Amino acid sequence: MTSPKRVGRIEFGLFSPKEIRKMSVRKIIWADTYDDDGFPYPQGLMDLNLGVIDPGLRCKTCDQKAADCPGHFGHIELAKPVIHVGYTRLIRKLLRVTCRSCSRLLMTAEEVEKIVGHEDSELASEVVSEKDIKKERVCPHCGEQQLKINFEKPTTFSEVFVEDGRKIEHKLTPADIRARLEKIPDEDLRALGVNPDVARPEWTILTVLPVPPVTMRPSIILENGQRSEDDLTHKLVDIIRINQRFKENQDAGAPQLIIEDLWELLQYHVTTYLDNEVAGCPPARHRSGRPLKTLSQRLKGKEGRFRGSLSGKRVNFSARTVISPDPNLSIGEVGIPLAIANEMTLPIRVTQFNIEEMRQYALNGPERPTIRSPCGANYAIRPDNRRMRLSEANLETVAEMLEPGWTVERQLKDGDIVLFNRQPSLHRMSIMAHRVIVMDGKTFRLNPAVCPPYNADFDGDEMNLHIPQTEEARAEAEILVSVQANILSPRTGGPIIGGIHDHISGIFLLTHTVRHFSKEETLYLTQHLPIEHLPEPAAMDDDGKPLWTNKQIFSLVLPDDLNMLFQASSCQNCETCRREMCENDAFVRIVGGNLISGTIDKKGIGAFDGQILHRIIRQHGMKRAARFIDDVTKLSIRGIMLEGFSFGIDDEDLTRTEYGQIDEVLNGALSDVERRIKIYNEGQLEPMPGRTLEETLEMQIMQVLGKARDRTGEIAGRHLGMDNSAVVMAVSGARGSMLNLTQMAGCLGQQSVRGERIMRGYEDRTLPHFRRNERGAEAHGFITNSYKSGLSPTEFFFHAIGGREGLVDTAVRTSQSGYLQRRMINALQDLKVAYDGTVRTTGGRIIQFCYGEDGTDPGRSSYGAPVDVKGIIESVLKEEVK
Amino acid sequence: MGTSLDVLNHEMVPDHQIMDEEEVADLLATYHISLEQLPKMYHDDPAVKAIGGDVGNVIRITRDSRTAGRAEAYRLVVKRPKK
Repeated sequence: MTSPKRVGRIEFGLFSPKEIRKMSVRKIIWADTYDDDGFPYPQGLMDLNLGVIDPGLRCKTCDQKAADCPGHFGHIELAKPVIHVGYTRLIRKLLRVTCRSCSRLLMTAEEVEKIVGHEDSELASEVVSEKDIKKERVCPHCGEQQLKINFEKPTTFSEVFVEDGRKIEHKLTPADIRARLEKIPDEDLRALGVNPDVARPEWTILTVLPVPPVTMRPSIILENGQRSEDDLTHKLVDIIRINQRFKENQDAGAPQLIIEDLWELLQYHVTTYLDNEVAGCPPARHRSGRPLKTLSQRLKGKEGRFRGSLSGKRVNFSARTVISPDPNLSIGEVGIPLAIANEMTLPIRVTQFNIEEMRQYALNGPERPTIRSPCGANYAIRPDNRRMRLSEANLETVAEMLEPGWTVERQLKDGDIVLFNRQPSLHRMSIMAHRVIVMDGKTFRLNPAVCPPYNADFDGDEMNLHIPQTEEARAEAEILVSVQANILSPRTGGPIIGGIHDHISGIFLLTHTVRHFSKEETLYLTQHLPIEHLPEPAAMDDDGKPLWTNKQIFSLVLPDDLNMLFQASSCQNCETCRREMCENDAFVRIVGGNLISGTIDKKGIGAFDGQILHRIIRQHGMKRAARFIDDVTKLSIRGIMLEGFSFGIDDEDLTRTEYGQIDEVLNGALSDVERRIKIYNEGQLEPMPGRTLEETLEMQIMQVLGKARDRTGEIAGRHLGMDNSAVVMAVSGARGSMLNLTQMAGCLGQQSVRGERIMRGYEDRTLPHFRRNERGAEAHGFITNSYKSGLSPTEFFFHAIGGREGLVDTAVRTSQSGYLQRRMINALQDLKVAYDGTVRTTGGRIIQFCYGEDGTDPGRSSYGAPVDVKGIIESVLKEEVK
Repeated sequence: MGTSLDVLNHEMVPDHQIMDEEEVADLLATYHISLEQLPKMYHDDPAVKAIGGDVGNVIRITRDSRTAGRAEAYRLVVKRPKK
């Protein structure tokens, strides 16, 4: 391999008409493509000199066949010059900074030097810009009065002069402009930042148009035998037609008006040929009404040549299907449908040690009927790299031929390492390595505990699967990318994989307060746990049968030497903590792997702040942590199934007393609002510092109504206790909050747009249902009803207004953060932490002298700190440290 | 005009020191790099001007760090290129 070379310089320039003619192999004059026999017209757009696309024909320029001929450029001589749309800005600048008569820069040499700096300065210098030139000044070289240049999108330039006090616009033709640009001296161009050796400004006005080779605009033959031309060819046909007509009219001495019309038409066609999405120009369309895809559209954007074709990457050995949950899988496993496992292969080299196994794979062949049957192979590769597809017919012969040096492409089987991915791949946990379990069905199966890193749910999400093809790739996947290596997020240094939803509700219900279970119940709960013995029963019932506590059962999944103390999610943050005597059972204390007190919930095993999980990772390693997640999820599912868990509309029912109280609170609030409005109307309101009277009133109203809503929530909450599923979910942190409950049972509260009450709508009112200039609560989006009681029509409308804001916000946020992410990745993609701890670019240039200044890998840290000091002390002292 | 401001006294400006040749040689040897592979700073950087640094000098910047307490960075002074 040749050594990599450094790019010394890249030069961007313009094609001169001379160069275009020089590189052209043929002048194109006919708009037609093929004659009746299907043979290209000479000097037509499909001329054989421009390259060939039909197999069998030979290129007239290079005498090669379709596959080898790269294609050659032709050219069209334009009847009159036209402007290149891509350079209108440059043309505008040049017209504005140069003299209309002598074309010199509208500055004296001294003025130029002031901006550009001295010639002998070693570095590239500042350039003269449009702003440096005063408007409508007199040329310092020839004394000509300058006129204002108007530019109208897309390609019209005109001069403005004042006559008899009226403004008159005089249109500049491309030929006029070209004549001016031609006269600009080279040294003036240099001062303007244009290198005249490679880009004379008059070359931005086209007099001759290059015709791209046929190979980049191939025509396709439809099923009915008709030819369908490429969009570029269509556009070139238009250009040639108009050009031809233009020439004929010109030669016949047609009136100026007709000439001008044709000139503009030619300009339009050339403009849309180059870019069909120019502002102020209707896009050229196909007969079907679809806008044509012309030169610029081929390059631009996500699906353009650069982002789509050149940096786009496509892979083999990948699969994609819908995902569904399977809590019986381990977090490091993934269930794969048999159909996919049969199709996907990994190459195994035949050696003298595995030849028998490989023969068996080959004999099993490409069709695996059930998930229990042994896996087969789809291909065998001979030592000379010839690939042989295995089929019923050749199974035995190929198996016979196998010997060391061959490679067998065997199908996926249980235990293989695969990469699993869900888009958008926003962080490194979006791709993790799992172990295969071949399964029935047609979906990928995964443990719901790994949903948070992928941000996956099961409402129809699809995920991708990739099979590493080499030993190195598999080793890397297992060591660096595996699920268990990624339980800790490098973002926070805390766990990102853990219990979600029902896992948390289940473990909460199981461990809340002290309960006793009979042997049958205990075995039901623990039947999926990898334990061999039950602990000593904690108590006996009246009949002398053994009983186990719920805390004992949870302790079975804990490591034996775990010591912890923390407050659960249900902690109320009381002023004086009653610790083990906590009335919410929120003080979690684990000594020697036994849960002494407290309820396990989101803080204990949750996906983002599972403290037990974190401690186990720190003290017992990733493998034990992965087992803990598996065990806890299985136990919690059994825990929730013991009694069942459901939620319905009846669960929000309150008694008549509560409804009376809620009405009382709301009526009180509404009349309080009225009272404050009255005070305001009488001019008695004292403004708050730095606020106007209106702002003060608004703030007071919002405050009163906010408080009223919270009070209804408290009333509802008092009635709905721990026997209510929604309360259990909110308290344990599984899903929802007390606010959601308030809105369901109590009152929806104030709807807002940008943090203010809803003010917009009709003249002086939000809806015609209210009086003008009414300031009351209901007239500006306060909803006294709850989701349970149902909304009134006006309330419903206000709710939709508030809801829309949320939708717009998320839409804007995702697109903005997506673009930010793209730019960040582009900027940082090649940086790496070298073995000496420095962060370097590929060129070995140092970005940071020590990664993060302390060299700590956040993915192996304890919430950013290199050592979990508190955890170590706690586990030794078995006491809380402040 | 008012009194001139010494940027070095501002609490958000870390300590800048010009390194002598021996220190620079040590630095380059520790990281196995050439001078060009160091991070750069411009000759007209206010802090560089304040300590009298010139093009070609290597400046040691000692910062307070949230993670490490104290962190050192080294930057090579280069001429600011014109646009």
